[in-house]
Amino acid sequence: MKKTVLFGALTVAGLAAGMASAATLDDVKARGSLNCGVTTGLVGFASPDANGVWDGFDVGVCRAVAAAIFGDPTAVEFVPTTGKTRFTALASGEIDMLARNTTWTFSRDIDLKFEFTGVNYYDGQGFLVPKDLGVSSAKDLDGATVCIQTGTTTELNLADFFRSNNISYDPVPIETNAEGQQQYLAGACDVYTTDASGLASTRAAFENPGDHVLLPEIISKEPLGPLVRHGDNDWGDVVRWTLNALITAEELGVTSANVADLAAAPTDNPEVNRLLGTEGELGAMLGLEADWAKNAIAAGGNYGELFEKNIGENTPIGLARGLNAQWTEGGLIYSPPFR
Amino acid sequence: MSDTHAHSVAFVRTETLPELPPPASQAGIVKWMRENLFSSVPNGILTLAAIYVIYLIVTSAFPWIANGIWNADSLAECRTILDGTTGACFSVLTERWNQLLFGFSYPTEHYWRPSVAFVLLFAAAAPVMFFDLPRKLLIFTGIYPFLAYWLIWGGTIFTPLFALVGLVIGYLVYARFVKDSFAMGFFGGVIAALMTWFIGGYITEAIAPAEPFLEAVQSRNMGGFMLNMILGVVCVSLSLPIGIVLALGRQSDMPIIKWICVVFIEFIRGVPLITLLFVANVVLAYFLPPGTTFDLILRVIIMITMFSAAYIAEVIRGGLAALPKGQYEAADSLGLDYAQAMRLIILPQALKISIPGIVNVAVGLFKDTVLVSVISMFDLLGMIRGPILSSTDWNGVYWELFMAASVLFFVVCYGISQYSQWLERRLATDHR
Amino acid sequence: MTSITDPPQGSFRLSMLINDTRYRSYTFQFIALVVLIGFMAYLGMNLVSNLAAAGLNISFDFLGDPAGYDINQRPIEYDSQSSHLRASVVGIINTLIIAVLACITATIFGVVAGVLRLSNNWVVSKLMAIYVEIFRNVPVLIWIIIIFSIMTVSMPSPRAFRGDDPSSSMLFDTFAFTNRGVYTPKPIFDSGGWIVVAVFILSIIGIFAYRRYATKKLYATGQLLPTFWPSVAMFFVPAILVYYILGRPITLEYPSLQGFNFQGGIQLRGSLIALWFALAIYTGAFIAENVRAGIQAISKGQTEAAASLGLRPGRIMNLVILPQALRVIIPPLISQYLNITKNSSLAIAVGYMDVTATLGGITLNQTGRAIEAVLLLMLFYLTISLLISAVMNVYNNSVKLRER
Repeated sequence: MKKTVLFGALTVAGLAAGMASAATLDDVKARGSLNCGVTTGLVGFASPDANGVWDGFDVGVCRAVAAAIFGDPTAVEFVPTTGKTRFTALASGEIDMLARNTTWTFSRDIDLKFEFTGVNYYDGQGFLVPKDLGVSSAKDLDGATVCIQTGTTTELNLADFFRSNNISYDPVPIETNAEGQQQYLAGACDVYTTDASGLASTRAAFENPGDHVLLPEIISKEPLGPLVRHGDNDWGDVVRWTLNALITAEELGVTSANVADLAAAPTDNPEVNRLLGTEGELGAMLGLEADWAKNAIAAGGNYGELFEKNIGENTPIGLARGLNAQWTEGGLIYSPPFR
Repeated sequence: MSDTHAHSVAFVRTETLPELPPPASQAGIVKWMRENLFSSVPNGILTLAAIYVIYLIVTSAFPWIANGIWNADSLAECRTILDGTTGACFSVLTERWNQLLFGFSYPTEHYWRPSVAFVLLFAAAAPVMFFDLPRKLLIFTGIYPFLAYWLIWGGTIFTPLFALVGLVIGYLVYARFVKDSFAMGFFGGVIAALMTWFIGGYITEAIAPAEPFLEAVQSRNMGGFMLNMILGVVCVSLSLPIGIVLALGRQSDMPIIKWICVVFIEFIRGVPLITLLFVANVVLAYFLPPGTTFDLILRVIIMITMFSAAYIAEVIRGGLAALPKGQYEAADSLGLDYAQAMRLIILPQALKISIPGIVNVAVGLFKDTVLVSVISMFDLLGMIRGPILSSTDWNGVYWELFMAASVLFFVVCYGISQYSQWLERRLATDHR
Repeated sequence: MTSITDPPQGSFRLSMLINDTRYRSYTFQFIALVVLIGFMAYLGMNLVSNLAAAGLNISFDFLGDPAGYDINQRPIEYDSQSSHLRASVVGIINTLIIAVLACITATIFGVVAGVLRLSNNWVVSKLMAIYVEIFRNVPVLIWIIIIFSIMTVSMPSPRAFRGDDPSSSMLFDTFAFTNRGVYTPKPIFDSGGWIVVAVFILSIIGIFAYRRYATKKLYATGQLLPTFWPSVAMFFVPAILVYYILGRPITLEYPSLQGFNFQGGIQLRGSLIALWFALAIYTGAFIAENVRAGIQAISKGQTEAAASLGLRPGRIMNLVILPQALRVIIPPLISQYLNITKNSSLAIAVGYMDVTATLGGITLNQTGRAIEAVLLLMLFYLTISLLISAVMNVYNNSVKLRER
C-alpha cells in the first residue's frame, strides 16, 4: 500500500546518487549544504537548544567550513552521532566531516583510514568527583565505581591508568553524556571520567557545580580535532585551512567585528590581505571564493572568539585557555602561515 | 373423619405468601462479596493482600499526581514551588510537548501537517479495519500514503503525484493483460510503473517550483512520537505484501524458492531487531553503491520492514496451513491456475484468519520502534533520554517523562489490541 | 491442471518454459536464483569497492588483539589485556546468565498471573488483568529504562551507609540495597563443602525417584503412598545432617562497606537487576496470556468428567487439566524464551555487559570492525534461536496427539 513512498524516496535517492562524484567538495557544493557529524549533545561543544538550533565550539567549526564554502554559516545539516556511529557515518559518506571532540590517535588515522585536519582543542582525560568524597588524587580511587562513556579512548586510557598504578576499579559503561551525568549525580558511580573539557561542561550543567571537583591528574593526551575521510586531499585541505584561518585570524587580530572592514580594502599587513583574499589567489587554489576566510571568520568569529563564546571563562563551562592559548601566549595553538 | 377434615380446612392457607427476601448472606453485595472475594480463607487473604497493594499504589501515586506542577520553567523552579511536598513536575510536558511529539527539528509552524496526516490516517485505515463501511472509501486508503508523504515531508507535490500515477498506470496495464496471463500482466504492470516513475523523475526535476507549496522537511528532522508512528505505519504496511509473498514462497513446491524464503525468514526471526538496526546504522552503507547515501530513516525503514515481513510471513503461513485442504482442491477442480486460486480463493480466507495475528505483530513492531533510540535517532524515547534529560532545566525528571511515554504507547497499543479482540470475535465462525 | 488428452507431442518450444506447467516452475526457480545471485553479487561488489575505496579489508584478526577495556561483570577470568575474543565470550556468558534468570522469573510471574487471572476472586483477577494489559502494551525498552532509573535514583548510594549515623543500613546486616546493585552473602566452600552440595543434589534425585516409585506402586497395586512429607524430609534432612557432620564446611561471606563500595559477597548489579526484572515482568505478562489461553482451551467437560470420577480439585488440575493445557502452553512459552534471549540485547541501554555491549559495542567501536563484529553477533543469536527452535520441534513431536 505504502510501496510508493519508498519508491519515491528511492527515486530521489537514485537521482542524488547520480549526481554524486568522487570529490567531496563538489558533492557538498552540489548539495548546497554541508553534512557535519557532531555529538548527540555536549553543552558548549555541540548541543541543540530548545528550538533545535545547534550551537557550540565544534558546531562553530562546522559553521565556519560551511561559510567558507557557501558564504552561509547556516548551510549545515548537523548529524548527531554516538561513539559507535561516528566513524561509520564518516566512512560511508553520510557525513562530510566529523567535528565531535574526537581524539587523534594512530589507529584512527592509519587503521580506520581517517585524516585529522588539525587540532581545535588540546584535551586530556580527567576525573570528576563529589567534594564530600574527600578524594584529592586519582590514585586514591582504589575500588571506586567509575562511569565511562563506551567506545571512546577514555575507557582504554582508564584501563591503562588503573592497571599501571595497580589499583582496581569497577567500570560502569554508559552510552551518552546525559546518562553519565544522571548516574553520577545519583551516586551510582563515585567518579565520572571523560575529557577534562567534557567534565567541565558537564559540571556546568549541574544544579550545584561547586559541590564537585576535578582531580588534578590528567591521565592522557587528547588532541581533539575535526576529521575527514582518507583519500580526498582537496576536501581535507578545505577543512584544515578553514580551521587554520580561524587560528591565524586570532593571531593577527582579525575578529568577526572588524573582518568586514579589513576585507574591504587591502591593509598594511600582507598576511591579513592574503588571508582575507584581498591579495593573492589562496581561495581559488582551494577551489573556493576569494573571500572564503572572511566568511568563515564572520560566521562565528576567530578561534579565540569561538572559544570565549562557547566554552571560555565567562561561560558556565568556564574553561581557561591553558594549552589552547595561541603559541604567542604560551599555548599550543599554532597555524602554519598563509603564504 | 369429615369433622377432622372440616377442621383441617380451616388451616389451609388460601393465598401464597409473599416471597421473603433471601437471607442477607445470599443476596446483593454481601453475596457477591462472599462468592467473589471471600469464598475461602486463602481467597480472603488474597483479596486483602490485593486491596492492600492497591491501597499502597493509590496513596503513593495520588498526592504525587494531584500536587503536580504544570507551569514551571525548570525542575529547580518546580522544586521551589513544591517546597518539599510530594508532587509531580508535569511542566516538563507542557514546556516540551512539541519535542516529545514532533522531535526538536521539525519546523514549529508546520506542526499542523503531521497532525492532519495523523487524523487522516484514521479515515484511511477505517475501511480496512471495518468491513461494513462502503468499499468506495478504499480509494482514499489508496491515495493516503501519497498524501501523507506529501504532508509530512513536503516539497513538490509532483514526486508523490508521479509515484501515484505510476502505480495507477501499472495497475491499468496489469488489469489489461491479466486476462491473458498473470505473469504477463504482473511484469507488464511493473515495467509500466517503473517507466512512469523514471520519466516522472525527469519531469519533476524540470517543472518542480523552487518554492513548493509545502516547505520540504528533511527526514532527519523527524523525531519524537511522530517518528515512532511513521516507522510503525510505514513498516507494517510495507511488510504486509512482502510477508504474503514470503509466506506463499515458503509454501511453494519449488525447492529453490522455498529454500530462499525459509532462509530469509528464519534468519530474520533468529536475530534481535537491535542487530538489524546496527546493520542499518553501521553496515548497510558498505553494501550500497559508492556515493549513495540513504537517509538513516530510510535505512531503518528497510531493516524494520524486513524484520516485520518475516514475522508476518509466519503468521500468514499459519493462516494458509489452517485452511482445509478441500479449498485448494476445490480451486484446482474449478480449473483455476495458481495465481487465480491464490487471489480468489486461498488468500482472502487465509488473510482473514491471520488478521488477529497480523495485528499482534503490528503492535509488537510499533513497540519495537523505540529501539531506534539506541542508534541515536531522536524518537520519543530518544528525545527523553537525549535532549530533554540532558538539558540543564529538566535534568532529573524521570517519572513524569517516562510516564508520558508509557501512556502514549499504552493508548495506541491497547486500542489496537482491543480492536483485534473485537475482530477475532467477529470473525469467529465456529460456534463454540 | 491435468488433462485427459495426451500431452502435446513433438519438439520442445521455448514458449513452453512460460506456458507449460511442467517447465514453468523450473523457469521461475531459475529466474529467482539468477536474481538472487545477481543481487548478492551486486552487494558483494559494492562491498568490495567500498572497502577498497576506504582502504579497509575484512579480517577477523582483531579478535586476537588485546581488548584494552575492562568489564565489570566477569564470570570468567578477564582483564584489559585479554583478547577481544575473550571479551566476546564474557559477553556471551553474561547474555546467557540474564536469559536464564529472566526465563525462570518470567515463567513464575506468568504462571502465577495467568492462573490468578482465572481465579474467581474478582479483585485479584482484575488486578492481574491490569498487570497484563499495562505491561504488554508498553515497549520493553521503556520498562528497562524506567526500572533502571528508579534503581539509580531512589536507592541509596553506598555513601549513605557510611559514617556513625548512616542514613541507610543493611537488611539483617546481610543484604545491602544500593543504587549500584544488591549485595548478598556469598557461600564459601571449604574442603567438605562440595560433598554437602553433592548430597543435596542426590537427595533431590532421590525425591524424584521416590515419587516415580510411588506412582508406579499406585498404578500397580492401588496403594497410595504418602509423598509430601517424605519429599520434604528428603529435601532437608540428608543435606543438613552431612553439613553438621562435616563440621559446617560452607560459610557465608557477608558484604561489608570498604572504601568506596561494598566488598565481599555477591553483587547483583543495578543493570543486571533492571534488565532481569524488566524482561521478566514484561514477558511474564505475555506468558500469563498464554497460560490463560492454555487453561481455557481445555473444555469444561474435562473438568466435569474428572469430577464425576470423584477426583479432588487438586488432582483434577494435576492429572487432567495441566497435562492437556501444557501441550497448548509450552510452544508459545518456548518462543517467549526466545524473545527474552533476543530482548536481552537491549542490555546496551543500561550498560549491562552482554555480548551486544562487548562484541557489538565496545569491541566494534574500538576496532572499527563493524561488518565483522555485527556478523559474529548475528551468528551468535542465530545459533541460539536455532537451538531453541530445535528443542521446540523435538518437544512438539513428543507431545503430538497420537491418533489411533
